[in-house]
Amino acid sequence: MITRSAHEMSAAMVKGEVTSEQLTQLHLNRISAVDQQVHAFLHVDTEGALAQARAVDAARSSGEKVGPLAGVPLALKDVMVQKGIPTTAGSKILEGWRPPYDSTVVSKLKTAGVVILGKTNMDEFAMGSSTENSAYGPTHNPWDLTRIPGGSGGGSSASLAAFEAPLAIGTDTGGSIRQPAAVTGTVGVKPTYGGVSRYGLIAFSSSLDQAGPCARTVLDAALLHEVIAGHDAHDATSINAPVPEVVKAARSGDVKGMKIGVVKELNGDGYQAGVRSRFEESLELLAKAGAEIVEVSCPNFEYALAAYYLIAPSECSSNLARFDAMRYGIRVGDEGAASAESVMNLTREVGFGREVKRRIILGTYALSSGYFDAYYGSAQKVRTLIMQDFTKAFASADVLVSPTCPTTAFKIGEKANDPLAMYLNDIATIPVNMAGIGGMSLPCGLAPEDGLPVGFQIMAPAMQDQRMYSVGAALEAALLTQWGSPLLSKIPALAGSK
Amino acid sequence: MTLTYEDVIAKYEPVLGLEVHVELNTHSKMFCGCSTDFGGEPNTQTCPVCLGMPGALPVVNEKAIESSILIGLALNCSIAPFSRFSRKNYFYPDMPKNFQISQYDEPICVNGYLDVEIDTEEGIKKFRVEIERVHMEEDTGKSLHVGGATGRIHGADYSLLDYNRAGIPLVEIVTKIVPGTGKYAPEVAKAYVAQLRDILRSLGVSDVRMEQGSLRCDANVSLRLIGAEQLGTRSETKNVNSLRSVERAVRGEMIRHAELLNKGERVVQETRHFQEDTGLTRSGRSKEQAEDYRYFPEPDLVPVAPDAAWIEKLRESLPEHPSLRRARLQEQWAVPDKEMAAMLNADALDIVEETVLLGADPTRARGWWLGEISRIANESGVAIVELAITPKDVAQIVALVAKGDLTDKLARQVVEGVIAGEGTPQQVIDSRGLKVVSDESALMAAIERAIAAQPETAEKIRNGHIPAAGALIGAVMKDTKGQADAARVRELLLAHLGQPNTINP
Ligand SMILES: [Zn+2]
Repeated sequence: MITRSAHEMSAAMVKGEVTSEQLTQLHLNRISAVDQQVHAFLHVDTEGALAQARAVDAARSSGEKVGPLAGVPLALKDVMVQKGIPTTAGSKILEGWRPPYDSTVVSKLKTAGVVILGKTNMDEFAMGSSTENSAYGPTHNPWDLTRIPGGSGGGSSASLAAFEAPLAIGTDTGGSIRQPAAVTGTVGVKPTYGGVSRYGLIAFSSSLDQAGPCARTVLDAALLHEVIAGHDAHDATSINAPVPEVVKAARSGDVKGMKIGVVKELNGDGYQAGVRSRFEESLELLAKAGAEIVEVSCPNFEYALAAYYLIAPSECSSNLARFDAMRYGIRVGDEGAASAESVMNLTREVGFGREVKRRIILGTYALSSGYFDAYYGSAQKVRTLIMQDFTKAFASADVLVSPTCPTTAFKIGEKANDPLAMYLNDIATIPVNMAGIGGMSLPCGLAPEDGLPVGFQIMAPAMQDQRMYSVGAALEAALLTQWGSPLLSKIPALAGSK
Repeated sequence: MTLTYEDVIAKYEPVLGLEVHVELNTHSKMFCGCSTDFGGEPNTQTCPVCLGMPGALPVVNEKAIESSILIGLALNCSIAPFSRFSRKNYFYPDMPKNFQISQYDEPICVNGYLDVEIDTEEGIKKFRVEIERVHMEEDTGKSLHVGGATGRIHGADYSLLDYNRAGIPLVEIVTKIVPGTGKYAPEVAKAYVAQLRDILRSLGVSDVRMEQGSLRCDANVSLRLIGAEQLGTRSETKNVNSLRSVERAVRGEMIRHAELLNKGERVVQETRHFQEDTGLTRSGRSKEQAEDYRYFPEPDLVPVAPDAAWIEKLRESLPEHPSLRRARLQEQWAVPDKEMAAMLNADALDIVEETVLLGADPTRARGWWLGEISRIANESGVAIVELAITPKDVAQIVALVAKGDLTDKLARQVVEGVIAGEGTPQQVIDSRGLKVVSDESALMAAIERAIAAQPETAEKIRNGHIPAAGALIGAVMKDTKGQADAARVRELLLAHLGQPNTINP
């Protein structure tokens, strides 16, 4: 049961083959059995999840109309605020904090009857590409426990690959949904910026952050997308327009006549051979399915990484200023004649990890008077150029595609002391955030040289998210036909699992 | 040795700059739905947004935008078709996010002016104060530092934080530098704030209560030698909580700067705090090493782009401009220029109007507020509005005098009693036993006594020398402890002595 898709689980509940409570319990059992090895979860809300499940069962049995994902369990990235449930964003500074309110995404999940199992591990404040920056220890990739599950949302994607949950919520600032999806052989979608409310998403970089669905199939991602998307009066940057019809697109999976643009700059030198070959094969499958493959050029993407590492740290240096020990989270050094300033300093010294401090310092510097124009100002100009590149490219293609990451999952510890090498991992995902458009990653096979999953990235213009689902569903179907069974059926069994 | 003000203005030219912070009276805060009511229990008017909880986001209060545009329009500003919020980053415990959302390089209103008039010995003088910008921001919370000598965070035993005020919408109105006011700088500063306050009140956008902090003024002052082009170093005086203090603060800073400059010392560019008791300022934070606030556009908010049609609608809805209202009232009440200026200077226009609206004769109402009541206010060093006498009290007193129940002299005692907190005019009259002696036989007895005491004066009157009556009337008034109606005494006296009552008192 737990290896099925969310859509199939839902159908089983509708048919009465299983209750939500049973389904939830199965996932809780699975978490107990394997999470010591995977470490996808920071907090499991056993009682809360079972209570939610029973409520859905009761509603269903009393004949109430429930949503398509009602009763399906989900893993929530720990950056998303949930009332009363420990929420740390992977940081020590928030240890023990129980939020007094629900994020909009959580409210929508609760309304839809989705069962929240618990909070998943992540790089501290979503800063990282490996989940190694979590204050609570790394998450392990279920494909190979010595490897990283991607980041920052490594916990969410690993929980899907380890069958601990069929659905998860991620957030994506520079690739934190798509890169973990790619390296764990799962699906991850970063919707158009403003498509999903950020209210209650602990901010890393406000102009780039976007929550989105993580799942094992394109249709599941679409079903979850429609649950969490939509305008929110609590988020001024939320788009007040109808949600793109992503479920409809995922069901049809029709790419006939669509133009698919291959971004020249995101495929070539620096990309692992196996990543490239799986990517090329996928393009052929899409062509066979009736799409026209064209090449496009986005010359300014080469500056995206540099600009990203000015904008994101600048915003984070300000967003993280509120963690000062005054109102919530840990407080260090509040004894004797300590001043407020020394308590703030000590708390931040102890509470923040190295990568977070590195980015706060970088951002503080970039925003300083005298440097602002050269750094933050120039980065914003690059951002405009990247948007223009996309606009031009979308004039000749309906969607753009690339490998999601240059490589498959690397070893835990391999890049931990080389931040620049780590940053390069996001080279193909960052332009999407810079332009505020949508991006999806879905699995397109295993790299021959290491047997690890490869991600295929699809990018669509703002508020045309349904296009990614059409292409994603078409590719998924073609690959399934070729493979005979889903990629995750090839994942090695974890010790402790049946 | 202390310089006199005359010494200062003989040598230096003051240059002003005024920043006025106005708390808007919107029902909810700038970026969340919390109440803005004054005086609630600490931290009861808060939510995840105004407490800066992780994940919470601001959403702009439309009403605050509307109020800001109204202010800009009333100050003759252009309204920016596109303006933005920025983050002003600095750490302080009363600021929940450790940044303040404020408009920085793209304010909502720019380039306006306000003409102010002051009354001088050379007549009414008009000054144009140019407005640089009107921008929106959120207020901080309030800290109470307990223990320690200074009441400041340094040295305090502990601090209490109240975030009820955090996020209350503020509008900051910043003038360009104001040169050319010469010796009138303190009065111009005061008149500017007074007139600004009147405009804000007429717009209904703020309570404009300086004593509650809903209108706060920072006064920037610098001096340069008369004729010099280059501006001197300025100081910025904060916490100026009344109109009178604005004037005192500017005057005090001018003298302080001049003393430093005369000694060959330099003025430090710094924030200073006005001390209400001494009228002096004390040094605050030095701005020599300008703090770097690392401003950048607030990414959680979208730009403010008010619709042109909406702006025009707001323009049409502007209430009568206070200067036009002044002109109208001056004409309606037939007030001479000089007295109008005195009334404005005493900040008495509103209170006189209220009194008139309660039925009092405008001249009499003005007479009381600017006469006896102002005298008492000046003696106690407070503004007339701060005294315990209301327009209703004054209107009643005017009515009692008109009816003949009180003489002017008695009425002055009633005013004094009301101000002393003895109750309403009627209560003061009752408790002090202030009644016009209208018993004619008692008056006649007093007249007889006066004639008996001054027979020669009585004789003069009998012989037609009417002006001599004053002495006898005075004696009768003294005899009756002022409680008689002098006009009636005159009538009875002259009739008694066989003379016509020719002069109407
Ligand atoms: Zn609030």
